[in-house]
Amino acid sequence: MKAARGRSARFSGARAQWEDKAVALTVAAKADTFPKLLVRNAEWFGTRPAMRHKDLGIWQTWTWAETLKIVRSYALGLSRLGVKRGETVAVVGGNRPKLYWSVMAAQMLGAVPVPVYADAVAEELAFVLDHAEARFAAVEDQEQVDKILSVIERLPRLEMLIYDEARGLRDYDHSRLRAIDQVIEEGAQALARDPALAAWLDDEIAAGKGSDPSIILYTSGTTGQSKGVVVTGERAIKAASDTVAFDHLTERDVALAYLPLAWVGDHYLNYCQGLVAGFCTACPESSETAMADLREIGPTYYFAPPRTLELLLTRVMIRMEDAGFLKRKLFHYFIGVARKYGERILNREPVSLGGRMLYAIGNLLVYGPLKNVLGFSRVRVAYTAGEAIGPELFTFYRSIGVNLKQLYGQTEAFICVTAQPDGQIYPDTVGPPFPNVDIRIAENGEIQFKSPGMFVGYFKDEARTAEVMTPDGYIKSGDAGFFDEKTGHLKIIDRARDVGRLNDGTLFAPKYIENKLKFYPNIREVVAFGDKRDFVAVMINIDLTAVGSWAERNNVTYASYQELAGHPLVYDMIEQHVAEVNRALASDKVMAGAQIKRFLILHKELDADDGELTRTQKVRRRFIAERYAPLIAALYDGSSEADVATEVTFEDGRKGVIRARVKIRDMKTEPVSAAMEKAA
Amino acid sequence: MRAPGGSAVAVGDVLLSVENVSLSFGGVKAISDVSFDIRKGEIRAIIGPNGAGKTSMLNVINGFYHPQQGRITFKGETRSRMRPYEAARGGIARTFQNVALFRGMTVLDNIMAGRSLKMHTNFFWQLLRFGPALREEVAHRMRVEEIIDFLKIQDIRRTPVGRLPYGLQKRVELGRALAMEPDLLLLDEPMAGMNLEEKEDMSRFILDVNDHYGTTIALIEHDMGVVMDLSDRVVVLDYGIKIADGTPDEVKRDPAVIDAYLGVAH
Repeated sequence: MKAARGRSARFSGARAQWEDKAVALTVAAKADTFPKLLVRNAEWFGTRPAMRHKDLGIWQTWTWAETLKIVRSYALGLSRLGVKRGETVAVVGGNRPKLYWSVMAAQMLGAVPVPVYADAVAEELAFVLDHAEARFAAVEDQEQVDKILSVIERLPRLEMLIYDEARGLRDYDHSRLRAIDQVIEEGAQALARDPALAAWLDDEIAAGKGSDPSIILYTSGTTGQSKGVVVTGERAIKAASDTVAFDHLTERDVALAYLPLAWVGDHYLNYCQGLVAGFCTACPESSETAMADLREIGPTYYFAPPRTLELLLTRVMIRMEDAGFLKRKLFHYFIGVARKYGERILNREPVSLGGRMLYAIGNLLVYGPLKNVLGFSRVRVAYTAGEAIGPELFTFYRSIGVNLKQLYGQTEAFICVTAQPDGQIYPDTVGPPFPNVDIRIAENGEIQFKSPGMFVGYFKDEARTAEVMTPDGYIKSGDAGFFDEKTGHLKIIDRARDVGRLNDGTLFAPKYIENKLKFYPNIREVVAFGDKRDFVAVMINIDLTAVGSWAERNNVTYASYQELAGHPLVYDMIEQHVAEVNRALASDKVMAGAQIKRFLILHKELDADDGELTRTQKVRRRFIAERYAPLIAALYDGSSEADVATEVTFEDGRKGVIRARVKIRDMKTEPVSAAMEKAA
Repeated sequence: MRAPGGSAVAVGDVLLSVENVSLSFGGVKAISDVSFDIRKGEIRAIIGPNGAGKTSMLNVINGFYHPQQGRITFKGETRSRMRPYEAARGGIARTFQNVALFRGMTVLDNIMAGRSLKMHTNFFWQLLRFGPALREEVAHRMRVEEIIDFLKIQDIRRTPVGRLPYGLQKRVELGRALAMEPDLLLLDEPMAGMNLEEKEDMSRFILDVNDHYGTTIALIEHDMGVVMDLSDRVVVLDYGIKIADGTPDEVKRDPAVIDAYLGVAH
């Protein structure tokens, strides 16, 4: 009966109707936990694909019914190994079906999965596993097993590791190691032997309460030691139902899971929404093939952080520079057409017939093939979040017809706080409050909110939970922002505590300046200084792909990143970018005083392995300020170069020291008044 | 857990034995009266200073050079003259000091080429790409995909080999040799010109090949650290003469070896 209703909603085609049904269906199924949702999906969408994974060059598919069967066996296998309700199971690795099933199987038993970043170093891994008190860990391969074994003496509670990929593990001591396949197989055999076990498992699923924790997500730790964000099933499902309805996601959608499994975004967008909407989550063959797999899968729902979108665009632009004359002309002409009409067509605004026709030709010749190469041909809804996105970059994707939108979210909110609805898109805002989310701006400019999916607390850390919660139950986001008067959309300026002032009282929002610079393809990362200083100075990281390609075309030879970064011609090029940013800043009343007076190009790439970036690639400002103290001192004492020695960690864990002499350049600043006149 | 260094496969009977082999080019004696054996499942290293005759030795084993004296017994069969293709058919695969791949072909096609000896349908069937030929190709592709997965080169499957960095080309070459499903794998300086990280990767792949496929491996290598970590037994050549043979530890302590590498005051 229910199934029939679900189907009629799907075929009615009326999206508004679906909107209510998506939520209604979830409520109707009384599915307040993910295992219950899985059972529901197996019943309703049984033959539809739930998960795909490219293995041995071929896409393997599992339907919802098959997924349920596997997860049941897996859960039983785990329970026979001793996994019990309420305890935690760590999940370490990339986006692979067996690791997603590990999450499902743990939840089926009422255990709480704790995903950990696959590229976490042993130290971080040890902290999370110890803090989460994990007795079991499902891991991807030998690399993760080795990492955990290297810190095993600090993890007395850890009893067993179960692994996905067997290669290289054959000669390991298997008293505390099992293959996931074996666990599933043993579970399946036991289920086949004893029907009572199936009933027991049904009871276990039914015994799960919506108010039980469904997952603990450790934050990437922009501000020091990571914290475990506890989310309950009920709230997660409520939040996911809202977004599924907001973007009209159905079981016919497809998403590619290529972002870290342990990141709240992946868990929310792919796992939670996938289970709520019943859509198919595809796992790439390996992290290196994600771009090619994207093209093969052709997702309809896509999420990418600004950095990824930037990387893609940079790659396209570099290849266009190398293309033949005719192709290059054609590309630039039609990209111009798209700039003019593309976004308005996407927003369903009135556009002249000529414009529409030109755009249609462009679509045939340029945008269509380009979207196909990028894997965006079928994208219906695409989101970007995590950091401010350059207006150029943002409008580029929109102009070629990708419905890219911004959302603002936080792990603690699980996840959406604001999101841009179709047709109301502005590059510099993150949209109005999300349905059922309550936002207010505190007196100090900090954004505070209440959301349906909001977390219940940090794991074993009441003190810090109390720190981020207001007495009346709002979460302090730590971000400064305001509502735009014209549109009513939220604008984010910066992390509240990073916003400062120059000595002369000018407002200094480092992110704002950094982002303006980062929008140049040649610049990968920027750190701006200025709080309680006389002027603004920046440290710049060049983008090796873009600058390397530029060097090749201009006959600039270099032997290493360090040499390229210090090249006078590279400095000249970056100087032009900084000058342009200064001009842009000068035309902005509030920021005109915060123009960049001095800059330097760093001799090494900022890297998460060295603690300079978080695992989600955000700059750790304070840490960098300490680490590069000599450089910062030189930026402000007027010297034209400075020596620095930094300890680096290589990919294999060894440490070394990089020494360099870094040059510093002075910049002319634009007079404020002149720029204002020009702008006027 | 794996004991540090050495193969994990049970080392068995003699797979190949070289007896009193001598090889000379005109007046130059490349190899004189060398004997050693390679046992099933082991990783056997051949080391020595420049010009010691290591590559010549490999070339003798796979039939590229014909020794003037001596005998080679492989899988119980003794022979004096053999062609490289006969060696390949017999189960000997090799990689080269200077990568010898088809540079214009993709990684996939290069590794598929390693299967050519195992293809049985005739030329015309293959031209049609239908019926048995297609079935055969699918079966071979399966094996090749396993190797691609094993060597973690999925992302470059469709990339022409000429565009790849050197370290990856070496890995592809290993893949092509593996595609032959050899009994004996000869690796000529698999890590020459690699940086430390690439060397570590390659070492792991060599150990994994030995472990996973149980392949017997004979390798020539200059990096002593790598040789000592990887191999079960080492034979040392100097000016075409065998000067030592034994486990890495024995060889390391051998005064003749120390002399050959460090030089002696005469």
